[in-house]
Amino acid sequence: MSDSTHVTRNTQPAPRGPDEGRVSRLMMLLLLVAILAGVGLLVLYALGGQVQLEGILLFILLTGIGFAFILWGKYLFPTEIVTEDRGERPSPKAERAAAEQAYVEGESQITRRSALVRMLLGAFGALGLAAIFPIRSLGPSPGRSLFQTAWRTGIRAVDEAGNPVLASDLVVGSVLTVFPQGHVGSTDSVAILVRVDPSELQLPDGRNDDAPFGNVCYSKLCTHAGCPVGLYLAEFHQLQCPCHFSAFAVLKGAEPVFGPASRPLPQLPLGVDQEGYLVAKSDFTAPVGPGFWNRGSGA
Amino acid sequence: MIVPRLLDWFDERLGAASFAKKSLRKVFPDHWSFMLGEVAMYCFIILVVTGTFLSFFYIPDVRDVVYHGPYKPLDGQSMSAAYASVLRISFEVRAGLVFRQIHHWAALVMTGAVVFHAIRVFFTGAFRKPREINWVLGVVLLLLTIGIGFAGYSLPDDLLSGTGLRIGYSIALSTPIVGTWLAFLVFGGEYPAPDILNRLFVLHVMILPALIAIVMGAHLAILWRQKHTNFPAKDLTNDQIRGPRLWPRYAFASVGLFFVLAGVLALLGGTAQINPIWIYGPYHPITASGASQPDWYMGFTEGAVRLFPGWEIRAFGHEIPEPFFPGALLPGVIFGGMLLWPWIERFFTKDKLQHNLLQHPRDVPWRTAVGAATITFLGVLTIAGASDVLASSVDISVEAMTEILRWVALVLPVVAFFVTYLLCRELRSNDLHPVKESKITTVRRSKTGGFDTTEEEGGGFESVEERLGL
Repeated sequence: MSDSTHVTRNTQPAPRGPDEGRVSRLMMLLLLVAILAGVGLLVLYALGGQVQLEGILLFILLTGIGFAFILWGKYLFPTEIVTEDRGERPSPKAERAAAEQAYVEGESQITRRSALVRMLLGAFGALGLAAIFPIRSLGPSPGRSLFQTAWRTGIRAVDEAGNPVLASDLVVGSVLTVFPQGHVGSTDSVAILVRVDPSELQLPDGRNDDAPFGNVCYSKLCTHAGCPVGLYLAEFHQLQCPCHFSAFAVLKGAEPVFGPASRPLPQLPLGVDQEGYLVAKSDFTAPVGPGFWNRGSGA
Repeated sequence: MIVPRLLDWFDERLGAASFAKKSLRKVFPDHWSFMLGEVAMYCFIILVVTGTFLSFFYIPDVRDVVYHGPYKPLDGQSMSAAYASVLRISFEVRAGLVFRQIHHWAALVMTGAVVFHAIRVFFTGAFRKPREINWVLGVVLLLLTIGIGFAGYSLPDDLLSGTGLRIGYSIALSTPIVGTWLAFLVFGGEYPAPDILNRLFVLHVMILPALIAIVMGAHLAILWRQKHTNFPAKDLTNDQIRGPRLWPRYAFASVGLFFVLAGVLALLGGTAQINPIWIYGPYHPITASGASQPDWYMGFTEGAVRLFPGWEIRAFGHEIPEPFFPGALLPGVIFGGMLLWPWIERFFTKDKLQHNLLQHPRDVPWRTAVGAATITFLGVLTIAGASDVLASSVDISVEAMTEILRWVALVLPVVAFFVTYLLCRELRSNDLHPVKESKITTVRRSKTGGFDTTEEEGGGFESVEERLGL
């Protein structure tokens, strides 16, 4: 690949463009403004900085340098367009054969001791296996953690400030985010309490006693991608997820009625303790949050 | 004077003169679309510089702190140390905010440049033999760029990024068979486990930048070795290359591009507010807000997750949850298809020749149509990532908008495919370039009443107007 073969040059003085004197004067001006902007940046920094001015001055400084380079490249060098041979890419056949030969010679020295090679591969396998194990340190075993939350039978529902909630606290049509007492802020136990007119409730069989005085409570985690289902459309009795807009029918056991979610929000069966506070009768009716491979293997 | 002496010094030790000579005299074909890869590379440099500055102040820690600082609306609030450190960068570190915003803008521009670079390479057939390796490395770079962007976007631990991370966790969890283990090992336990920010930080500032630097280095070394492609031109054969030399003309143009790009990013970083995390507020896993959009390059996954219907596969006590299909399978198919494209195409064309001359998109109608359909599909999904904003701006319900976008996402790519295919075939068959180098057919009525047709080479036209004789 020598440079002398079939090179055609097409060198011309800068065509058409403005004359060199004018270009270099323009560049001088650009660079002068750039220098001033640089000094301005120093002053600005010393005075405490200001984000918009910093951006503008940096812009002037950097583009000043940039356009000076571009003008220089475009107008002050001869326009030389070169056409030349690319040179051979694939090596000549003999060369390739020689490379193969070089490899094969070494390989035959190795493969003839096949037992040794097998043991070596075995050792590498063992090394690989040993190297995989520390990956296990990266996280705990999923175990049963996705199947349970902090809710237990008799535990009180509290609001974000930790105050227990009376069955009569909410007016019909309002909602409240609740946690199990002692676990405020718990991400998997978070639930949303909705007060509805009890006569309108059409909960699935066996859950009719789980919503005392119309206090019906569901996991706040969307069964689609786990976002908190924070929007309550009181008019439609729907809970909606702000991430992907799955909607759940509050009156019908939080069945999904729109969007990508395909499972109802798990319900938290509620009861009332002797002092009138809302308490959980058990954990949620199903694992909370997004689905996973073995979710169906028993809650 | 100093450079020749340096060259001597190195040549006596490394024998570098021949390489230096060849490199300086290297021919670089010139076309505006060849700059896109350069823009991506220069953005990366700017990201490393601005990111290094930011990393001196950022704290990857989810532990709660109470904020007391100059941003009064959040004074006295509890938040993660990470979020507080980003507030400090934004309001207390001098020049911190401009660096942070330049960093974010550069990330958005870099992903854009990588995408448009890939589009250029795809539509002009630059990925064909012998450049398949660089195509594959380029797709890897695209994935790394998206990955590093997502990791960086998650670091401030604001309400938006936390929500994005939560969805990422749910998608990992949805993987068949290994999902729970995968999610627990990557995130360090059930979401939100405390280790995740630190892990993302290590990924964002060490592992992914190092990988990008290595792969980009290989990408450039292979480009250097194989030399650039050329668009077809008069008297230019497949075995020749045409353009200005690297030194000094091309080098000056390229350095100029770097500085202008840096300047524009600085202007954006200073004057165009981006990711104002103090408005979003700190992340608390039990809250999320509407109008949550990720950065643009993740928009298509967000849109796919929004549009995909609530289908789950449940059988034999196991299930494949819904997010797996739009969140993992779809990107897998798209990027897998991209990765394998040179071989997919070869399967149909049986073309095993070396190609150094590019194709015009119209030259290969079916490839161009596949590309147009894919871009249309991803474009609709990206728009669907903001379906709620779109719905409220045209005053219809989100539900109706979702239904409309579902159909648009299915129909529009098919339309794009056929329109593009027919358009390319038409352009190819009569060799009519929309602007230049076309044949002019003149029909004249002769005195006897018949018609004479003459064809002549049109030569180059400066504009569409000239072409049409306006």
